[in-house]
Amino acid sequence: MYSVRQWSVKRSRFLEGVYNFTNPGILFCLRGITRLFGKSLDRPITALEAGLKGFLFDCQMCGDCVLSKTGMSCPMNCPKTIRNGPCGGVRENGMCEVKPEMRCVWVAAWDGASRMKDGEVIREAQFALDYRQKGKSSWLRLARETGDVEKTDAPETELSERGPA
Amino acid sequence: MNIMSPDIEIVGTNPGDPLPQLEGHVSYGRFERVLRAGHFAITSEIAPPDSADPDEIMRRANVFDGSVDAVNATDGSGANCHLSSMGMCAVMTRNGLSPIIQISCRDRNRIAIQGDILGAAAMGVCNVLCLSGDDVSVGDHPEAKPVFDLDSVSLIRTIKMMRDERHFLSGRKLASGPNLFIGSSINPFAPPIENRVDQLAKKINAGAEFIQSQYCFDIAMLNDFMAQAVDAGLAERAFILIGTGTLASAGTARWLRSNIPGVHIPDAIIERLDQAEDPRAEGRKICVELMQQIKEVAGVSGIHLMAYRQEKFVNAIVQQSGVLGDRKPWSADDYDFHRRKLDSEKSAQTTAARTDL
Ligand code: SF4
Repeated sequence: MYSVRQWSVKRSRFLEGVYNFTNPGILFCLRGITRLFGKSLDRPITALEAGLKGFLFDCQMCGDCVLSKTGMSCPMNCPKTIRNGPCGGVRENGMCEVKPEMRCVWVAAWDGASRMKDGEVIREAQFALDYRQKGKSSWLRLARETGDVEKTDAPETELSERGPA
Repeated sequence: MNIMSPDIEIVGTNPGDPLPQLEGHVSYGRFERVLRAGHFAITSEIAPPDSADPDEIMRRANVFDGSVDAVNATDGSGANCHLSSMGMCAVMTRNGLSPIIQISCRDRNRIAIQGDILGAAAMGVCNVLCLSGDDVSVGDHPEAKPVFDLDSVSLIRTIKMMRDERHFLSGRKLASGPNLFIGSSINPFAPPIENRVDQLAKKINAGAEFIQSQYCFDIAMLNDFMAQAVDAGLAERAFILIGTGTLASAGTARWLRSNIPGVHIPDAIIERLDQAEDPRAEGRKICVELMQQIKEVAGVSGIHLMAYRQEKFVNAIVQQSGVLGDRKPWSADDYDFHRRKLDSEKSAQTTAARTDL
């Protein structure tokens, strides 16, 4: 919901705290669940993530969550789905060029990031989304990716690992 | 054509032929040469026709020849359908002009874009401008599907990777890379103003080597922005060209301001246009003054002059502004120009030799 989304950006610092506090626990549980049940609980877990983040952030379930790096403003609500914004078209009042009734998600993102402890990470460039992840759970992906090292997308490393096809 | 050419380094052997690539340069292009040589550069923008007639492209392109260093061929700007940037560039390079291909992320996914990048380089295009692109909803095909597979920063990284590491995003190797001078846009005049310099940094970190800004009509705002860019060391890491343009009337200015997102025009300029007897001429005068002021701003490497529907005045505006000093941008006629220069140097030498006697 739009108003809840704006609320979340305003409380980015608080939500960052909640995220940092709960994230290791959630991932730990998810890793355990995956070990016990394999993929059989993926659907309800994904639905839970979609419901919760949908309510708080209008999450679009891109499958590669960057909320903690974008001031708690989901970049997938940008009509151009820009992951390194904003575009040049932001209106003088900070509203989106495409949807004048919506605050530019990247104006919100920089604003949210300015209040966060680790808000600086917004300066890192994000590579475009892997569309195969769309609709999937970021939590599960994170939990299943080797331990708790959070993978920042970096095409360089990814590509150099892959080498010539 | 009989070309006597010790000056082959400057003019190449054919209009359209790539020049030899200089040490430390990423492209074969003249535009990069001008900037890296420390000259103040001018670029302009060509409006693509709604036609398949190549002569029409050249009619539009020729007005820029010899007055600017490179010409941007827009890619469905405003999300309106026109002849493609790729097509424009192909015709222009064949005729010895120096185009900047624009690639907007709106219409094509990463498969199409990477293919186009190779295609453009193969046709002798040396410069590319990476854009997000205007949304389809503002154009003449609002029912179209917006793509936005990449964004401009990802696009910059993709091209840089293809050029420097010589492979596709998939990792598959390229037999030869696209030698393109990579650019992107920036709008210092739209919110979040305080983070616009961060956005610039992101683009430069991703690999942008030149930047062309949105319309600048407000020198005070530009000063603030450039001061931050210089402080952050960004003006040394990329060539920053500031956009400005001609306003046809107070009405156009007001329309631009309220209808084209991200265009900021101060009231003072609109008043000036309002009071002018000949608003078009006044618009050009304002443009000349802005260009002179922009040149004085520290860290600015050039001007991107957008003279929509007034392209034929570009040469006069550039001349009047005097921002190029006595440098004349290269033109397709430069075979003759350089030959004449060589000839006159030679005859000067002979005269000198004669007076020595
Ligand atoms: S104004 Fe903001 S939300 Fe709207 S398209 Fe541009 S970056 Fe996205």
